[in-house]
Amino acid sequence: MKTRIMLSAVLAMAAGTAGAEEVRVFNWSDYIDESLLEKFEAETGVDLIYDVFDSNEVLETKLLAGGSGYDVVVPSASFMERQIAAGAFQALDFSQLSNAGNLWDMVKQRVEIYDPGNQYAVNYMWGTTGIGVNVGMVREVLGEDAPIDSWELVFDPANMEKLAGCGVHMLDAPTEMIPAALAYLGENPDAQDTDTIEKAEPVLAAIRPYIAKFHSSEYINALANGDICVAIGWSGDVLQARDRAAEADNGVEIAFHAPKEGAQMWFDMMAIPIDAPNPDGAHKFLNFIMEAENMAAASNYVYYANGNKAAQAFLEPDVIGDPAIYPTDEVLDKLFTVRAWEPKVQRSATRMWTRIKSGT
Amino acid sequence: MLARRVLIGVPYLWLLVLFLVPFGIVLKIALSDYALSIPPYTPTMDFSQGWSGVKRFFAALDLENFWFLSEDDLYWKAYLSSLRIALISTFLTLLAGFPIAYAMARAPQEWRPALMMLVILPFWTSFLIRVYAWMGILSNEGFLNQALMGLGVIGTPLTLLNTDIAVYIGIVYTYLPFMILPVYATLERMDESLLEAAEDLGCSRLSAFWSVTFPLARPGMVAGCFLVFIPALGEFVIPSLLGGSGTLMIGKVLWEEFFANRDWPVASAVAIVLLLLLIVPIILFQRNEQKQREANR
Repeated sequence: MKTRIMLSAVLAMAAGTAGAEEVRVFNWSDYIDESLLEKFEAETGVDLIYDVFDSNEVLETKLLAGGSGYDVVVPSASFMERQIAAGAFQALDFSQLSNAGNLWDMVKQRVEIYDPGNQYAVNYMWGTTGIGVNVGMVREVLGEDAPIDSWELVFDPANMEKLAGCGVHMLDAPTEMIPAALAYLGENPDAQDTDTIEKAEPVLAAIRPYIAKFHSSEYINALANGDICVAIGWSGDVLQARDRAAEADNGVEIAFHAPKEGAQMWFDMMAIPIDAPNPDGAHKFLNFIMEAENMAAASNYVYYANGNKAAQAFLEPDVIGDPAIYPTDEVLDKLFTVRAWEPKVQRSATRMWTRIKSGT
Repeated sequence: MLARRVLIGVPYLWLLVLFLVPFGIVLKIALSDYALSIPPYTPTMDFSQGWSGVKRFFAALDLENFWFLSEDDLYWKAYLSSLRIALISTFLTLLAGFPIAYAMARAPQEWRPALMMLVILPFWTSFLIRVYAWMGILSNEGFLNQALMGLGVIGTPLTLLNTDIAVYIGIVYTYLPFMILPVYATLERMDESLLEAAEDLGCSRLSAFWSVTFPLARPGMVAGCFLVFIPALGEFVIPSLLGGSGTLMIGKVLWEEFFANRDWPVASAVAIVLLLLLIVPIILFQRNEQKQREANR
């Protein structure tokens, strides 16, 4: 390896040309079938350097500091909206993306509020924020007709008081929990004004005493092990918990529901930073991922829906046929999208979240 | 002459590059305003416009972010809560570290390098992994609860993880070597004939310890306390992994300003205030020490 680098460096200097082509991709952790990475290198001859992150905030800080060194990054759409405004991305060159026709119009239309004209990004995966329950434990506490498909389950203090005994986790993310509480109230979950957003505070404060933990990833294990009975979380994560419990055969049955009052639909988008060292290589990677079979392989592996219509023909039946991954049209109609808040609104939401969590 | 100046200049150069320049950058960001751009604040220095650009740059800086911090009680509460956690954990570290350092200094000469090695050994594994290990020990199904329940000491698991107690345990564990090493260094250098003299003059062993060993170990203890207190005050990793949702510390507030609000200027202002809160008492303390030393002379 070392000799190869040395040799290519010497050759590059001698010939005055660049060494082997490299493309650097920064994606979420556990978010791809890794055999696809080898396949990409074999097909294109481009060296792929694949790094992972675990929070939008980390990615955003790297992008806004400038000089991230990555060619392809995968922010969530509401973060991407702000990053586009900050000038962090370059417009895609669709002449290099022959597979762009595979994209799903439903998803393209929905992400247009973040990226008008779909100029800067293509959808990778999408999912919903809803409720994961340990079916047996919740029925035991609340009875057979427990409202496991409604926000009532977690936002009605009467239910929560009983559920607190078996453990409830909640995402540590105001951008997820405030819209959910607004949906429960029948308010506009995509509210952009502080007055409406503040209506979520009493709802969240009332159930605060019954929440065991605010955390955005621990619930996967906790649900799978039967340590908790309810978690507000992301669809794919809850499904991962469901599969882990099934594998462990520990008698834990996990189910995910996007609540009937409406649930947040989120999108993870692939985009090219403005200062990407190799934009051509980035386009090659995007085009590779947009190939129907490759995108389907990724979804079959991570259990998230993707924004690729052509890929649906290659999906496993337990992915395309699972309404928790690909919701029915009826549920799909109820899903809402949430845009990025203005800095002042964001600040008051963060402040409100701290107040709810710590009482200060 | 020149060579000597260069020699003296080197430490000042390091101080400039490693302390003053980064501090200047943070201070500058603290005086700036939030902007949706790369980098996410304004103004940035634009040398292409020459002198007028520089003038405009300085005119755009203001203290607004510092006023903002005084308006919301969150910051004061977080500072005070961090101060409390740092003080208590420094005291606990001293309590745990002093006997270890004392035993090391009293151990036979040939054991000391090995004991020293044992104190430093944990540093060879990643700090993060050691904190994760504590999560495994302290959780409801963790080693500690299982052991206590196995011994029949408790009937139901104790809730330790995600509480302030876990934060104290994490800080004391992590910073213990920083307390042991300076205390050990002063105790080891101590002239043992002083103790013999004290005992010859009628001191009991206990009172010899309090009137000879303890005061002589004071510089080491002070150094150790600073080494523990200062990083503990701004600690972020330990409270976020071991602490609960209600654990309020300035490190977490700083993280939220930076990452959730994306407000680098306010985050920098919080950092500057933290630095001032630390530096002022340290300078006062050192002045006091200096005076005492001169008075003793």
